[in-house]
Amino acid sequence: MRDKLSEPQQQAADIFSQMVDAARARGVTEIEAVIAGETQALTRFANNAIHQNVAERMVTLSVRPVIDGRTARASTNRVDREAIRDVVEQAIAITRLTAPDADLPALAGPAEYQDVNRWYEATAHATPEERAVAVAQAIRAVERAGQTAAGIYSTGESVLTLFNSRGVVARHAETMARFSITAMAPDSSGWAKASACDHRDLDPLQLTQTAARKAAQSHAPRELPAGRYTVILEPAAVLDLVGQMFGDFSATAIRDGRSFLNDRLGQKLFGENITIHDDVRHPGQAGPAFDGEGVPRQRLTLVDRGVVKEIAYCRQAAALAGVEPTGHGYPLPNEFGEAPMNIAIAGGDSSVDEMVASTERGILVTRLWYIREVDPYEKIFTGMTRDGTFLVEGGHVSAGLRNFRFNESLIEMLSNVEALSPPVRATGEETFDMVAPAMKVGDFHFTEVTRF
Amino acid sequence: MKDLALRALDAVARRGVTYADVRGVEIREREITTKNGKAGHVSSAESMGIGIRVLAFGCWGFAATDDLTAGGIEGAAALAMEIARAGTAARKREVTLAPEEKHEATWVSPIRIDPFSIPVDQNLAVLLAVDEELRHTPGVSLAETSMHFERRRQVFASTIGSLIDQTRYLSGAGFSALSYKDGEIQKRSYPNSFGGQHALKGYELVEELRLLENASRIAQEAVALHSADQCPEGELDLIVDSSQLGLQIHESIGHPIELDRVLGTEANYAGMSFLTLDQLNHLRYGSEIVNVVCDARPEHGPGLGTFAFDDEGVPAQGTDIIRNGQFVGYMTSRETAAEVGQARSNGCMRADGWARLPLIRMTNVSLEPGGQSLDEVFDADHAIYMQTNKSWSIDDKRYNFQFGCEIGWEIRNGKRVRMLKNPSYSGISTEFWNACAAIAGPEHWTLWGVPNCGKGQPEQVMGTGHGASPARFRKIRIGSAYAG
Repeated sequence: MRDKLSEPQQQAADIFSQMVDAARARGVTEIEAVIAGETQALTRFANNAIHQNVAERMVTLSVRPVIDGRTARASTNRVDREAIRDVVEQAIAITRLTAPDADLPALAGPAEYQDVNRWYEATAHATPEERAVAVAQAIRAVERAGQTAAGIYSTGESVLTLFNSRGVVARHAETMARFSITAMAPDSSGWAKASACDHRDLDPLQLTQTAARKAAQSHAPRELPAGRYTVILEPAAVLDLVGQMFGDFSATAIRDGRSFLNDRLGQKLFGENITIHDDVRHPGQAGPAFDGEGVPRQRLTLVDRGVVKEIAYCRQAAALAGVEPTGHGYPLPNEFGEAPMNIAIAGGDSSVDEMVASTERGILVTRLWYIREVDPYEKIFTGMTRDGTFLVEGGHVSAGLRNFRFNESLIEMLSNVEALSPPVRATGEETFDMVAPAMKVGDFHFTEVTRF
Repeated sequence: MKDLALRALDAVARRGVTYADVRGVEIREREITTKNGKAGHVSSAESMGIGIRVLAFGCWGFAATDDLTAGGIEGAAALAMEIARAGTAARKREVTLAPEEKHEATWVSPIRIDPFSIPVDQNLAVLLAVDEELRHTPGVSLAETSMHFERRRQVFASTIGSLIDQTRYLSGAGFSALSYKDGEIQKRSYPNSFGGQHALKGYELVEELRLLENASRIAQEAVALHSADQCPEGELDLIVDSSQLGLQIHESIGHPIELDRVLGTEANYAGMSFLTLDQLNHLRYGSEIVNVVCDARPEHGPGLGTFAFDDEGVPAQGTDIIRNGQFVGYMTSRETAAEVGQARSNGCMRADGWARLPLIRMTNVSLEPGGQSLDEVFDADHAIYMQTNKSWSIDDKRYNFQFGCEIGWEIRNGKRVRMLKNPSYSGISTEFWNACAAIAGPEHWTLWGVPNCGKGQPEQVMGTGHGASPARFRKIRIGSAYAG
């Protein structure tokens, strides 16, 4: 299985050559192709036992011709000679049925890419036994605390090469591991999660102890009335909420009128202590150093001391605006344009413990859940706290709390940040992984309380 | 495909399993969108592979591959066994499956027009005409339209001798108009958000939706919302259109009745459920007029949850979930049915493709039509009528929810008196359903398709069906999303 993954990648150049020949035979010289392979394995546990244990392996060939200002994409997961010819024929056939678009860019030219090493052999070759041993240790630790564990341990690798007939060859290989655990007590729960390109950077037992401690500490939760509170958001809560806004740092979204940055570029929207970059080379980041058309990703300063500075441009949006593309475009054709995907939020020097110690009365939040946009321009989001919500009184965590629903504007929230921790690679369930600090935020708006 | 599935089944069966099943799946898709007068996304995709599920050494193992050579299948079979063996490191109990009969069947979902027989340029012409009509209304900043078609053939083979060949055609289409003006974004969608309506139908769905005929009205509403009053805040009667009620059913009934959630196996991600086992046949879930079924049978309608057999070879069934307001049923699998002492699974195991393990998923979870006319549903002194979902959120045990809608209307003495923008409502699931005061009859009932339901790790995205008529609810918390 694992050897088979690399096989099509080694043959990627040959597959692309067959695609070029098939296209030329139909009078088409401009094509772009993505040849990708992936294996993923995941061990899932609940009720203190492994209950789902899966592995998958897949290859994708995808081709996009450009014919007289027209384009369309066809994909397959078959890699034989006939399938390669068929997918090219299908792509050309549907491309010819579309109307020409004067704004469609020609294929990108070759470029130099920054070196980002995100593939680790040990993680690519991690076995079901390795995951099972770590999971069994985690379960034993939670059982010793008299609690019940549920979670996942996943490992996998992906390899992607983007070619085009103008000479672009952009290759990215990456491994990724994730460990996530929820520890449950009779009336409370705790959660912890981490991800890393090298699974040896994960510490499942430490994450387990964090989750179990939170579950124990939040037992017999008290109910506080809804209202505005000072909150301390741990990094996972920050990323899952703040991460909702980065699709709007997009020239295409602004042109469409769907971004909250319409008529706000260059304005000071957030507090002086908020600075955010997009930086594919950041050591806490993952992903390829090029975009969906093979343009190298540039470092962007999205927010500088509260001021919205830079946005992402795909090649089409850049041409329309008369600027250089930033390397954040989605694969064409698409209607969304571009978005920054390697977010690094600058932090401060306050630890979560120090934030708690400096809080007379507030709420410590581990994790947020089911976050959805309420108002696209004021950037109001709703969602719930989950798996470890605590009352802070007199500089100490004094009790667990029943979970709240919030309705909070990100513009207000990022204007009310009172302290930040050093940033870490954070991972949650509501958006992509990023580098984010914990934040202490004033006047955070909880609107309802649930039953647990 | 049958040969492949049987070869894979043989590869694991001869290694010694308690039980095994194989799904060979072949998917063909077409996606077309337009945006402000141009083709946005035009693509076609095909995917084929097998997923092998084994119960061996007292544990489950699953491996999926698209390498359909003899070596690829052998490799996947060996990996499934290796994974099952690894599971013994943390095993707590023997897995028992509720009994199921052997089934041999071939089934194709009925369609009138094969969507793949319609050329892409014809699809684009239909959508661009709608797109143009939307942009005729001054103030529309962004016109978007879409069509999506899928054909999924699945061959299921299991060690109890079942061999089931199923082909399902799925179609979807819709459009939206977005208006940005003076620091405010408003949007209207037709016939629903989430890309419109989606059903187990062929291209006839597109013809039935009357997209072009509704474009101008929707565009005008999107622009008019800028000058509408803000939805008031307070405790008021609420009238919900059938598409929004479909999502309300999905979130506050469909997910809580998944027995795997109840038993804790989704605790780390999707969460658990307030419907603990002691609630069955005891909890008053809704008012007397609330009747909800989970029904995958074709006679329920062409929903995204309609099929002949589920993904562990159990025939489609109709199950009462709420009868006269009383909670009476869960959605089950063979394993969970056995765990709670039920004689048979009610057939709710579904996987989103060949690469993923079947999980308990909603089929069609529908509110049965009521006995009231539409006038009777709207017969309120003072109420807010909300249409078309804009935002949705619910806690991880499914008690507290909040929904936002694209447009609202103030109702006085049964009549619409003014348009309202940014409407929202919130509450506790059982309190909401117990406040149900009127449900419109079958002539207003629509089986909506929700194409984007996420669950499981690794996450799977599934299409589900929800039938509903417009309904009225007493004293619901309105406007909480913008409160304070």
